[in-house]
Amino acid sequence: MSLSLVFKILRPRKALFSNLRIKKFSNTFSHVGSRLFSSSSTPDDQPNFPGSKSQFTDKLDFIRSDLYDGIPVYRVMDRKGNIINESEDPKLDKDLLVKIYQKMTLLNTMDRILYESQRQGRISFYMTNYGEEGTHMGSAAALNDKDLVFGQYREAGVLMWRGFSLDQFMNQCYSNCKDLGKGRQMPVHYGSPEHHFVTISSTLATQMPQAVGAAYSFKRAQNGLCVICYFGEGAASEGDAHAAFNFAATLDCPIIFFCRNNGYAISTPTHEQYRGDGIAGRGPAYGLASIRVDGNDVLAVYNVTKAARRIVTEEGRPVLIEAMTYRIGHHSTSDDSTAYRSVDEVRYWDEKDHPISRLRRFMKKQNLWDDDKEKAWKDESKKQVMKSFAKAEKLKKPAPELLFTDVYDELTPHLQEQMDEMKRHVSKHADHYPLKNFEEMTPFAEEK
Amino acid sequence: CLSSKIFHHLVKNGLKGHRCSSHFTFIPDTVSASEGESNQTSKFFLSHHLGDTARMNLFQAVTNALDLALTSDPSAVIFGEDVSFGGVFRCTVGLQEKHGKDRVFNTPLCEQGIVGFGIGLATAGTTAIAEIQFADYIFPGFDQITNEAAKYRYRSGNSYNCGGLTIRTPTGAVGHGALYHSQSPESFFSHIPGIKVVIPRGPIKAKGLLLSCIRDKNPCIFLEPKILYRSAVEQVPVKDFMHELGKADILIEGDNVTMVAWGTQVHVMHEVCQLAQDKLNVSCELIDLCTILPWDKQTVINSVKKTGRLLIAHEAPLTSGFGAEIAATNECFLHLEAPIQRVAGYDTPFPLIFEPFYIPDKWRCLDAVKK
Repeated sequence: MSLSLVFKILRPRKALFSNLRIKKFSNTFSHVGSRLFSSSSTPDDQPNFPGSKSQFTDKLDFIRSDLYDGIPVYRVMDRKGNIINESEDPKLDKDLLVKIYQKMTLLNTMDRILYESQRQGRISFYMTNYGEEGTHMGSAAALNDKDLVFGQYREAGVLMWRGFSLDQFMNQCYSNCKDLGKGRQMPVHYGSPEHHFVTISSTLATQMPQAVGAAYSFKRAQNGLCVICYFGEGAASEGDAHAAFNFAATLDCPIIFFCRNNGYAISTPTHEQYRGDGIAGRGPAYGLASIRVDGNDVLAVYNVTKAARRIVTEEGRPVLIEAMTYRIGHHSTSDDSTAYRSVDEVRYWDEKDHPISRLRRFMKKQNLWDDDKEKAWKDESKKQVMKSFAKAEKLKKPAPELLFTDVYDELTPHLQEQMDEMKRHVSKHADHYPLKNFEEMTPFAEEK
Repeated sequence: CLSSKIFHHLVKNGLKGHRCSSHFTFIPDTVSASEGESNQTSKFFLSHHLGDTARMNLFQAVTNALDLALTSDPSAVIFGEDVSFGGVFRCTVGLQEKHGKDRVFNTPLCEQGIVGFGIGLATAGTTAIAEIQFADYIFPGFDQITNEAAKYRYRSGNSYNCGGLTIRTPTGAVGHGALYHSQSPESFFSHIPGIKVVIPRGPIKAKGLLLSCIRDKNPCIFLEPKILYRSAVEQVPVKDFMHELGKADILIEGDNVTMVAWGTQVHVMHEVCQLAQDKLNVSCELIDLCTILPWDKQTVINSVKKTGRLLIAHEAPLTSGFGAEIAATNECFLHLEAPIQRVAGYDTPFPLIFEPFYIPDKWRCLDAVKK
């Protein structure tokens, strides 16, 4: 990790403006630095407005967002897996690199099998992670495993990195009796306190201000941990994203906002999502240290997350990371993405700029991986996934009475009444309900 | 809210009487120390077994509860718009000085952020006491309340919960609050499994119920009738005490009609009971529901089985108001001697100059008793 990167994150304003290349140089932009405007303030004639710290100017000029190039995309290796700047190579331990690679490919294998199982009607829904495996493993590997994760839904790799087992993934997707969520949520809504991964919900961006609250809690607890909050570029348009950025900055919370900018929110391309410089461009306006990274370069993602973690834990200030990537798969199993984008476009990313193949090329060059290992791991990972898959499918669903528990910490009288009513009804009409697929309910006591 | 400070001024002065006369008379659960004589609510004279008392209005009782909550639980924090300097209704006065800036602090002006932030605090094990400046402005936080806070425990299979969250917010008519400083949104929240919704009628209940909400293991919405902040004064027990959630209070026992209300409306109904007795020779049983969700069905059922008649009154609009839920509870069919009456706000936005005609005042309620 080079000092220069840390420096850039530490000094967001300077970093942003020093990266700007003024396209249309107007005379008011007399110099590029921390001050964009020519100043007409004299020492005894300064603006005193409480709302900003700035100088007077006698030139009428709007700041135009198209005056400068976007925030650059930080990368460590090129598409062929060559390190571009030796000093940026994190020089990760060999075993760690292999682990990163294996988890990325294992996630990919699990995705393929669960996607197919949905197509066959064996699970009701699925969302793949194709093309974004690098953002998951690169960031997760740079965190402390006890840092709290708030996700959106396309971050299964983070959970996999932390040791959430294939069985557990499958149990959730099959809503069986071993699902930690008791079969209540749709597939891919994972969560695990043991792995410090807050349960996913479908509502977009709601996790963002929540993550800030948790980070505030950590700050008061002085536990040396931070919170990371993942979200897509589409979710960043929600009001909750605005709330989160602003609260995190004003309340000095140790949080890393990690945006997966994969070009699409279902069918909506980014030019219909925003007109500014992506999501990272918003960070400085909120007072967030901000950086943009090549999300298909797992080493770059690792470096950036590592540096961000240092800032949030040591300085107690929030950081925004925007990882540029591409959603190779359909949005979900309920979506056919060929209806709004070309097959060629998808093929380009799958074949020419994929996080898994880029890391594989890098590792081959380092003699950490070869075709034999590749084949052996492919077979092995597929076997593991199939084994968990078969196991999860055989398990029964949770007892139907679990539909009433955990609404409150205790069963309230009115819920007890409704549970009794359900049991009474179902026992009377057992033929009409799929009871054989479910674990047995505790018997209903007629006189209470 | 842009007008909050002006509004605070109006509340203060409005209640001094030059702006408008109040539509109710506050009946305390205790007599004031100076009066020294008992009244008919003396069975709610709770102080005698709760030790020393102090004269407090409702906002002071809230401050007192918050102070005790912060003292007894080092993790507890209070936050919202303008709470640092004491709040626009003075409910958090002195708390920042006493407990520190990291425990009592302002947030940016953003209700969805406040609720989301509070959920996150609670998820990480902190006791979170959020303030929404007016219940009228809670709706930007509706998604966080209904889709998130209420469902956190259920959807995670009890892996995670935000039970440590309490949202306090001023509610109800205030004489001149018009559309956005008068609303009573409790019925919106009564339709959300997973939260508790609580409204006190006076300072003692405010303290006891608020402390229960803060310590309850479920997310709670605590609605504070803002017209009572200054006008409601009682001798409030000084010590730490709690009132059970989900439990209604029978304030007056009677034989002919059951009356159910909550918040300020309890005091309106108190007068109606008196009027009914004096003018119609009707004996009314008055119930303060206290908790809207989960509500104390059994107490209401028992009362209606005895009286055979039910009148429900609330400030919120009639259609789908919480009165409808109570009225629809069908356990008393064989005991009812008359159709259930509901007296409520009309199905309009809450108006400014027409407020005296809008609210379910004692004359409208008395008319309903006659029916």
